[in-house]
Amino acid sequence: MVRVIGFLVGLVFAGVLLISLISGVATNLSSPPAPLASEEFHKHPKPLRLASDGPFGKFDKAQLQRGFQVYSEVCSACHSLKLVSFRDLKELGYTDAEVKKIASDWKTQVPSINPETGEAAGRKALPSDNFPSPFANETAARAANNNALPPDLSLITKAREGGAAYVYSLITGYQPQPAELLKKFPDAKTPQGLHYNPYFANLNIAMPPPLTTAGQVTFADGSPSTVDGMAKDVAAFLAWTAEPNLESRHAAGVSVTIFLLLASILGYLAYRQIWHDAKRVVRVTGPLEAENQAKSRSAKAKQGVAG
Amino acid sequence: MATKAQSAEGPESTETGGDGVRRRDFLNVAAVSFAGVGAVAAIAPLLVQMAPSADVLALATTEIDISKVQPGQGIKTQWRKQPVFVRNLTPKEIAEADAVAVDSLRDPETLAQRTKAGHKNWLITLGVCTHLGCVPLGIGEGENKGPFGGYFCPCHGSMYDTAARIRQGPAPKNLVVPDYAFSTPTMVTIGAKG
Amino acid sequence: MSFSWAKPYEPKHPVMKWVDERLPLPRVVYGAIGGGYPVPRNLNYWWNFGVLAGIFLTIQIVTGIVLAMHYYATTDGAFNSVNQLIMRDVNAGWLLRYAHMNGASFFFIATYIHIFRGLYYGSYKAPRELVWMLGLVIYLLMMATAFMGYVLPWGQMSYWGAQVITGFFSAFPVIGEPLRVFILGGYAPDEAALTRFFSLHYLLPFVIAGVVILHIWALHIPGSSNPTGVDVKDEKDTLPFHPFYTAKDGWFAAAFLLVYCVVTFYAPNYLGHPDNYIPANPLATPAEIVPEWYFWPFYAILRSFTFDFILPAKLWGVLAMFSSILLLFFLPWIDKSPVRSGSYRPVFKRFFWLLVVDVLVLGWCGGGAPTPFRAALGQISAAYYFLHFLVILPLVSRFETTLPLPNSISESVLHGEAAEAAPAGQGNTRGGSVATATAH
Repeated sequence: MVRVIGFLVGLVFAGVLLISLISGVATNLSSPPAPLASEEFHKHPKPLRLASDGPFGKFDKAQLQRGFQVYSEVCSACHSLKLVSFRDLKELGYTDAEVKKIASDWKTQVPSINPETGEAAGRKALPSDNFPSPFANETAARAANNNALPPDLSLITKAREGGAAYVYSLITGYQPQPAELLKKFPDAKTPQGLHYNPYFANLNIAMPPPLTTAGQVTFADGSPSTVDGMAKDVAAFLAWTAEPNLESRHAAGVSVTIFLLLASILGYLAYRQIWHDAKRVVRVTGPLEAENQAKSRSAKAKQGVAG
Repeated sequence: MATKAQSAEGPESTETGGDGVRRRDFLNVAAVSFAGVGAVAAIAPLLVQMAPSADVLALATTEIDISKVQPGQGIKTQWRKQPVFVRNLTPKEIAEADAVAVDSLRDPETLAQRTKAGHKNWLITLGVCTHLGCVPLGIGEGENKGPFGGYFCPCHGSMYDTAARIRQGPAPKNLVVPDYAFSTPTMVTIGAKG
Repeated sequence: MSFSWAKPYEPKHPVMKWVDERLPLPRVVYGAIGGGYPVPRNLNYWWNFGVLAGIFLTIQIVTGIVLAMHYYATTDGAFNSVNQLIMRDVNAGWLLRYAHMNGASFFFIATYIHIFRGLYYGSYKAPRELVWMLGLVIYLLMMATAFMGYVLPWGQMSYWGAQVITGFFSAFPVIGEPLRVFILGGYAPDEAALTRFFSLHYLLPFVIAGVVILHIWALHIPGSSNPTGVDVKDEKDTLPFHPFYTAKDGWFAAAFLLVYCVVTFYAPNYLGHPDNYIPANPLATPAEIVPEWYFWPFYAILRSFTFDFILPAKLWGVLAMFSSILLLFFLPWIDKSPVRSGSYRPVFKRFFWLLVVDVLVLGWCGGGAPTPFRAALGQISAAYYFLHFLVILPLVSRFETTLPLPNSISESVLHGEAAEAAPAGQGNTRGGSVATATAH
């Protein structure tokens, strides 16, 4: 009974799927889905090698400091870093005093109240504060950016396919729209107010190119600043903001991996030892011996008895 | 995995040579102990996560600006989520505190012991009554300072003097003086060892 | 437990004796996983995955309880509590979070291998039908738990995944939409949904643990099956669970945990989706909404129904998706071949591997955007899935010719070890013949 109903149910589902398949294929053949400009002209991120790559990667603190400088001088005008606290900057190699100064000098104030009147006011940031957002809220951010919302950058390298390489490619990927695209997809001309960037998913991004000239940021340590270098540095910095515990994680991973490798090997040896004689205990003599079994089978076959 | 904790009983119904047993047991014991060490090590993060997290520790110290507190005034502020009284004692209040015989106090302390050298007028204490934890009155303008001119706890009537020492009432100890340090003459870092 | 030669519990230590006389837990443990539980001696490594699933249940419960000490179940606070508090500020918080996140994936990996072992070796057949069905109950509870857990970080995928999955219920006519609103406690996933999902996510693993105990209890009545599918006849067919299978499970668990730790420490986000690192935004749908990888085959089945045939396509999809798991409950009655193990069922074996490929293909189809090719492949694979269980299996089990079974487990063990076995008469011999078993 169960089998009969099951049989029918199975045929019904398979049948409906077949209908869906046929209708789907028919639709695709008669009116194939229009190719999208973004499918054809979207580029995968350029490869980016960072010091933190790989299972033994470590952050290059000098690079992180340069990247932080790029963030604070260029990106922080529009992009918040809400999940990072000023005190976290100590991991980059800054001293307590430097961190305190960075916090109190930060151009955006932390929302607070006037202690005398109780009205909304700002106050200077303390090291224990998180980076204050450049805009009070999403509405203000959109109003200031042509209805586009500059995303928070704390986790951006984990929130985008391609990670730090994507960020680097995006920042350096601005280019004029190729003539080929315009010829094939005349409707896909970059709208006013947007910028063509093939590394962006739908090719047209609201952010204007943030890094345009060499020397845009003068690095505190005197390193030369090229657009490419600055982009790499800020990508490395954002890789740190997303994964500040990367180095501890890798280090712990080494101990745990070695431990478990040894535990597996020890365990395997103990297992082999315990089982060493287990299967040999059974000794066969008599009817179950292979030779006798073969004899019995051929005898049965002769007699026509099912074996 | 309760069985891992049990000692490995010898394998069943197998050959046992004299030496074989010891070698067998050693490997088993080694494997089980190794696993045990791992299990204990795995417990470490589970316990460590209960310790105060970095954001809480970051608030272990608080900087207070005392530039606006005039002599005779006090402010109520916060440190580690608890009330703190910062009081600028007048010379009269300092004299009153020094005049008290220390031995007669329930919790003997001089004003000098409760303040920093060169800043004897700055009395910084927790605003938590040492009886059962209420916030005493007396720090604000017009609040009842009690008969000893310091603080008065309305819950059960503990009365503190101008050095915030317990004089009368059920509280056993003087108001707690936290660790603090003057980073500048007008900025105090509470929680920092001075 | 049900074998006459199972060793009874004889506590040697006076303390154990004292406890056992007052609370018979020691003898229960001894009889379940100690020296007192006879297990077929010919189990292969496919039998290790049940215990592994249990280990990961424990890992999830322990890391989960500890994470719950820091998590805020509010729409404002959830994302930050996970991505700032836990990942950055809580001591070892990042480790606990990544362990919990990847623990879920490895729990499903172990469980899927465990399930497919059952399918191949006929573990679902009599007398273990209830073991199988309890296992499916565990699987359903796991799916619910995992779904709710994924909502908790309140990222984009959390929110939209909740939106889509609770949207299934609205497919049902009349009661659908009210049911959906009831489950969510609102018209869209919001505060009410988040807090109740947190509560239930905390609760269900303990329900799973309870059902696991029933699952093991039911198993221990007939005892474990084995790769030949032939019943245990006598003592020579078995070995006590401890130390033989504790050792085997132990080392393999260490190796499996090694793989788990390599992923957790070196590629913790590989199995996840980047969009869940974007805070939930009810006004912006992500480019593609996909569930976690362990749901991909079901997602593919759901999306495969695109044509309104009598019923709306959406309803077909939901019905098919639920049916794809529910039909497994009936498997013991769909496949009634008296031969359990796929090793002795050559036709069945081929279809089994076809099923494995089919499920993998379904997974691939469900994990990406429905391009015309993926959609078509998904439809074909989904059709095969239903045909396999509901049409092919009953026919195969009825008409197949099976290979002859070994007379007993010991015999099969010997046939395999023939090359290894020392010449007769050497070493320890019990003397005489192995108990002759009647042909199965």
